Amino acid sequence: MSSPTASALDSRNWIEEKFFLGMSFWDYLRSLATPGNFVAGLIMAVGIPLIVYRFAAGLGATTNLSQTNPWGIWIGFDMLSGVALAAGGYTIATSVYIFGLKEYHPIVRPAVLTGFLGYLFAVLGLTADLGRPWNLPVPLFFSWGGPSVMFEIAWCVVLYLTVLGMEFLPPVFEWLEWPRARRIAVNMTIGLTVAGVMLSTLHQSSLGGLFLMAPTKLHPLWYSPFIPAYFFISSIAAGLSMVIVESALSHRAFQSRADHTVNVDTLAIGLARGASVVLFCYFFVKVQGIADSGRWSLLNTGYGYWFLVEMLGFILLPSLLFAYGARHRKTALVRWTAAWVVLGIIVNRLNVSVIAMNWNVPDRYIPSFTEVMVSITLVTIGISTFRWIVNRMPVLQELPEYREH
Amino acid sequence: MNLNRRTFFQVAGAAGAVALCPTRKASASTGDAALNAERRAVLVDTTKCIGCRACEAACAETNTLPGPAMLDDPAVFNSRRTMDTRTYTVVNRAEKPGNTAPERFIKRQCMHCVEPACASACLVRALDKTPTGPVVYHKDRCLGCRYCMVACPFDVPKYEYDTPLPFVQKCHFCADRQAKGEAPACASVCPSGALTFGKREPLLDMARERIYAPRATYVRHIYGEHEVGGTSWLYLTDVPFEKLGLPTGLGTYAYSSLAQASLAAVPFVLTLWPPLLMGLYTFSKRRDDVGASDAHEQEVHHE
Repeated sequence: MSSPTASALDSRNWIEEKFFLGMSFWDYLRSLATPGNFVAGLIMAVGIPLIVYRFAAGLGATTNLSQTNPWGIWIGFDMLSGVALAAGGYTIATSVYIFGLKEYHPIVRPAVLTGFLGYLFAVLGLTADLGRPWNLPVPLFFSWGGPSVMFEIAWCVVLYLTVLGMEFLPPVFEWLEWPRARRIAVNMTIGLTVAGVMLSTLHQSSLGGLFLMAPTKLHPLWYSPFIPAYFFISSIAAGLSMVIVESALSHRAFQSRADHTVNVDTLAIGLARGASVVLFCYFFVKVQGIADSGRWSLLNTGYGYWFLVEMLGFILLPSLLFAYGARHRKTALVRWTAAWVVLGIIVNRLNVSVIAMNWNVPDRYIPSFTEVMVSITLVTIGISTFRWIVNRMPVLQELPEYREH
Repeated sequence: MNLNRRTFFQVAGAAGAVALCPTRKASASTGDAALNAERRAVLVDTTKCIGCRACEAACAETNTLPGPAMLDDPAVFNSRRTMDTRTYTVVNRAEKPGNTAPERFIKRQCMHCVEPACASACLVRALDKTPTGPVVYHKDRCLGCRYCMVACPFDVPKYEYDTPLPFVQKCHFCADRQAKGEAPACASVCPSGALTFGKREPLLDMARERIYAPRATYVRHIYGEHEVGGTSWLYLTDVPFEKLGLPTGLGTYAYSSLAQASLAAVPFVLTLWPPLLMGLYTFSKRRDDVGASDAHEQEVHHE
């Protein structure tokens, strides 16, 4: 028999243990006063009011979008780059569960979490960009635009966000100590992984497919009938590189939470080997695209030089650096290269959606302060959410009682 | 048993759920002869246009938009104007190809493509092609994604950036007037005969008669007959089309067909990935199990 005061004490302990990292509420608040949190708080203090202001005042007052340039960095960075960089979720889950590369099992959970948060904040960024986001249920339930590439993307992203959420349920249930629910969630792994590959293949490529209908607006060096394939292949390289960067950073930042029996250096070398091959293929598929269009002479123009920077600097060079770094086990080189690839993917997505878009029109688009600040804020909230979850749930390490799966 | 029943049903279920997503139907295609016969169009003969801008005024009036600025001031032609959210049509003066060349004007508005890129871009069919020609806008469905603006090769859809409750705005070919059997407001007021409203096929015949007539000075091309798969607004001119400000080099295929290549991959991904991935899964599972039992046997031998 427990008295009411004892059960109240129990639930308070439970909250302190689960949410305040075992501290009392005030101790927990005091523990938040770190330089990192201060910077994050400062960014949010500026950015969140700007997001509110965007919904109150409209896109004209807050962005530099125009009738000529209807898409800016909220599409090019938040959506296109965000989704590409969140591809680690399906890449690693497939390697481990389908191909049976068990040694990568310790990074499945952080990769899936990065993927889930990447998609979540891409969708949140999209809500800021959409003029009437409250109509988001319309394409899902009320009016189906069958022949639209955007329609396919809307469905795939919604379904895949659900799949990623379900893939991340096992650590959530371990945190809540619900072993039976966890058992059910673990049993869904293979089905969810296969669904994840199908949905990712479709929407990663279709994000490139969006631009197929702009043959007169996108610069011919970037426009290609193969652009869906470019987007899909590069998403694999993006996902692998993002996982290399993310695992290196989080094993440093969350030392007390990390599993020190896992050798992240060895894993990074293996991932770099894969990313090197994928980037090499990507390079040649892109060259084939130029050969197909026969527009070699365009390389000797201003846009051509920028295209070469992307091709040689952000695709071929990191492919070779990955190969060299993996062969000679230079982990630091591999990690810097991965960060370079992440940057290169962002450059590519911005090239397609903003920089080489409307290249022949005098009205050029440069993002406004609000646009940049909102994007930075979304990334900051994303990282903070990642930290909040990793500090509480078993993401970077496996709890001994569940080790067999 | 490696591929157990539960896993099988999971994969079958996942594949089935995605396969149940709506299948794609091609939009109103050019092939249907009965539809073609009913399709309405306007023939714009720029050699007859006097630049009076009565069409602009009529458009503003019927759509309760602010009336055109500088209506009687020829200085309005000094710059090339574009449509905006409160202006569905504009008349511009063509660049003169030479000093002796005649002065030409061109009315611009939505071209009402036979297979519109905007409508095939729209994920909610807010922009929708009606069988008789007009591309109309169902504003209650619109998400404001602005993909129609990216897709439109004529830069027609305009977006209300200045409001937190924005819509897309463009000419709707007076679909409501057409439903009552009337001509679009602009065509009904044109005093010079530059705008002729009617069925598309007879108008194309009329256009051909004009440009191939003896001593005709027309450029022998009907702009809009084949551009981007055909448009409902057809243009004739005796100065080069570039001078009129019409985009050239758009191609003669419908832009919706460009996206079909991407969408064609959908059924293959949905049907080929699950068996392929499950096959790979079964292989790798089997390899692990065999590896594990081999290791076990070796241990036994050591003892």
